[in-house]
Amino acid sequence: MDIFVQQLINGLTLGSIYGLIAIGYTMVFGIIGMVNFAHGDVFMVSTFIALICFLLLTTVIGITSIFLALAIVLVVAMFFTALTNWAIERVAYRPLRGSFRLAPMISAIGMSIFLANFVQVSQGPRNKPIPPMVTDVIVLMDNNGYQVTLAWKQIIIMVSTAVLLGAFWYLVQKTSLGRAQRACEQDRKMAALLGINVDQTISLTFVIGAALAAVAGVMYLMYYGVAHFADGFVPGVKAFTAAVLGGIGSLPGAVLGGLLIGLIEVFWSAYFSIEYKDVAAFSILAITLIFMPQGLLGRPEVEKV
Amino acid sequence: MAQIVDTAPASAQASESVLAHALKDAFITGLVALGLLGPLIGFETVIIDGALGLNYRPLVLAVMVGIIFVGRLILNLTVWSPNRQPKIRTGPTVFDRAGAIIGPVVKPALLAFAICFPAIAVFWSGGLNPSRYLVDLGILILTYVMLGWGLNIVVGLAGLLDLGYVAFYAVGAYTYALLATSQPIHDFFAALVGEDFWSNWAFWFCLPMAGLFSGLWGMILGFPVLRLRGDYLAIVTLAFGEIIRLVLINWVDFTGGGAGIASIPRVTFFGVPFERGEDGFAALFGLSYSPMHRLIFLYFVILGLALLTAFATVRLRRLPVGRAWEALREDEIACRSLGINTTNTKLSAFATGAMFGGFAGCFFAVRAGFVSPESFTFDISAMILAIVVLGGMGSQIGVAVAAAVMMGGMEMLRNLDFLKEFFGDAFDPTLYRMLIFGFAMVAIMVWKPRGLVSTRDPTIFLKEKKSVSGDLVKEGHG
Repeated sequence: MDIFVQQLINGLTLGSIYGLIAIGYTMVFGIIGMVNFAHGDVFMVSTFIALICFLLLTTVIGITSIFLALAIVLVVAMFFTALTNWAIERVAYRPLRGSFRLAPMISAIGMSIFLANFVQVSQGPRNKPIPPMVTDVIVLMDNNGYQVTLAWKQIIIMVSTAVLLGAFWYLVQKTSLGRAQRACEQDRKMAALLGINVDQTISLTFVIGAALAAVAGVMYLMYYGVAHFADGFVPGVKAFTAAVLGGIGSLPGAVLGGLLIGLIEVFWSAYFSIEYKDVAAFSILAITLIFMPQGLLGRPEVEKV
Repeated sequence: MAQIVDTAPASAQASESVLAHALKDAFITGLVALGLLGPLIGFETVIIDGALGLNYRPLVLAVMVGIIFVGRLILNLTVWSPNRQPKIRTGPTVFDRAGAIIGPVVKPALLAFAICFPAIAVFWSGGLNPSRYLVDLGILILTYVMLGWGLNIVVGLAGLLDLGYVAFYAVGAYTYALLATSQPIHDFFAALVGEDFWSNWAFWFCLPMAGLFSGLWGMILGFPVLRLRGDYLAIVTLAFGEIIRLVLINWVDFTGGGAGIASIPRVTFFGVPFERGEDGFAALFGLSYSPMHRLIFLYFVILGLALLTAFATVRLRRLPVGRAWEALREDEIACRSLGINTTNTKLSAFATGAMFGGFAGCFFAVRAGFVSPESFTFDISAMILAIVVLGGMGSQIGVAVAAAVMMGGMEMLRNLDFLKEFFGDAFDPTLYRMLIFGFAMVAIMVWKPRGLVSTRDPTIFLKEKKSVSGDLVKEGHG
């Protein structure tokens, strides 16, 4: 029971991070129907931007309040990551609209390889650890020395995920940008005829996706305290799994999928084998796509000619 | 034309505004570049005394942003200038004419060069033993040529994006490694034919087995996923590639885990081992023993395997199944409405490609004498895919040239010492290999989506070639 509760907490934390990344996949897929393969690496870039900003704030400027530093890091990382993803869309995806079927995917794979290796070359191949940031924990249960704890950083992650989701949910459902976005999802040509700037809407989708990935990146850095150039790949695939599991194109689906993947991964590690935790996540991706391609909350796909 | 004549009197004013516009645009680009490169190039995270600190690189940042600013400005004033009159091309370009002349000569010339390469290498480096480096490089390039051609069947001909090709390479390599080092099989043949039989013949028995197993795996993995649309397929094959690697790492009893499998039997000259002594290859042919014999033989083995792949592809392309592959690549929806069983067609392409990957894997194991999961990472899949994409999906010669340029060019770059003087001693071009690959993949897709080196149009077409080829339009809009 203790282990179960502890793993539940850990799984929800991890799931929040996956959910935030998954939204980027699901929104881009919804609007232009491509798998933004580089999204995991955008997330990785955001951890590095956050790391550099954090080091600047703490060692050079000398901010002592960790929460102030975190807040600044969050804003800075969101801005620079959004700029990065905007530029990626502009350079690598926009010229390919209307090109042949595999072109955007191959371009995205190239971009993913480029980003990972760009960070490797510019920042070095080693793990970049930072000292643990928010170390306070709340002891929920104490059973003969086995303590079930809820760390403050886990609370921060879950609360900020929930708040941001609320904010973006509002953005997509209630604002004119959100309406434009949903219109583009349904029919890009028609939306353009009705005076929606399709290119701009798509750009903004990438920007929003990247901003959320940057939040995930900051949380990841705070939670694990380490940044590495190859760390975009596996979280990226898992977040994509989450998006598929929840039903690609659906925002609540992405979050639900993220939480489920986080829980599955954590419980799998706890009760079966930690070595095969990635295998479990990858298998879920394959199984979902084969047997339930529309996901849990998605609409079944209709092929239009 | 009339417009240009009209604006001619006001050209001084117009050129001024062009310059102003170009400057403004270049400035904005520079600003964006500063934002993009600022954090990651301007600062470097370094570990000093166990703690993380920052290094500053303002000069590098300034140079990179400066290059982008100036480059954009020059482009704005020349190529993208609104005053520039676009050239209207009529008739074949210089490249087309050159291509028509060189075209028929290229293939035989390259083939002849590939066959004579060991002799050239020995002559060039002045002896059998010093040629080791060049022959090794030749083997490496040919391995990637073969892998490129194998993946070309899947990606280039059938249009299926396979990101887990390395899985089949791994299956082939482990098939050979496990069978060749298996004690029961060794004992069985030792009792039946002779003590050394299995270690001498293992490669020649396992080569077809490796291809078969990989093809079988291709079918097993392909069957459930080939109904998926293109980009889903890519991600699922990627996941399968990773699953196979993780299983290889973690199933220690069977695969030796991360430590891999060592002392795999070496290649033999059809049963005659390359070793000193009475029964060796050198003694049999009356040569003085040299370890290079084995390497040169390996070179011809991989050359043969690569040519087999190319030959099979060329023949398959003329068969109904090959034509179905190409049709599938051009337009899947049209294919389905014409009654082609897309799942079976895809499956055959997937399994054929996997089989050649298996052959290459078997060759990899016998060349290295050692396999470990480290050799089968996603990077290899990405590299092979980059070779296929750069070479031009579907083109045989393009893939070969791309593989040679990519693998050989990087190796050459490593040997250029003046680069070290320029960039400092820590400069290692191999680190930049994947960076360049990734960038090139994006650039090719944006600029020439069907490949830099060559283009492969469908082998057959109805009545006449369409003026708009399939790579310019979306599926279902051709």
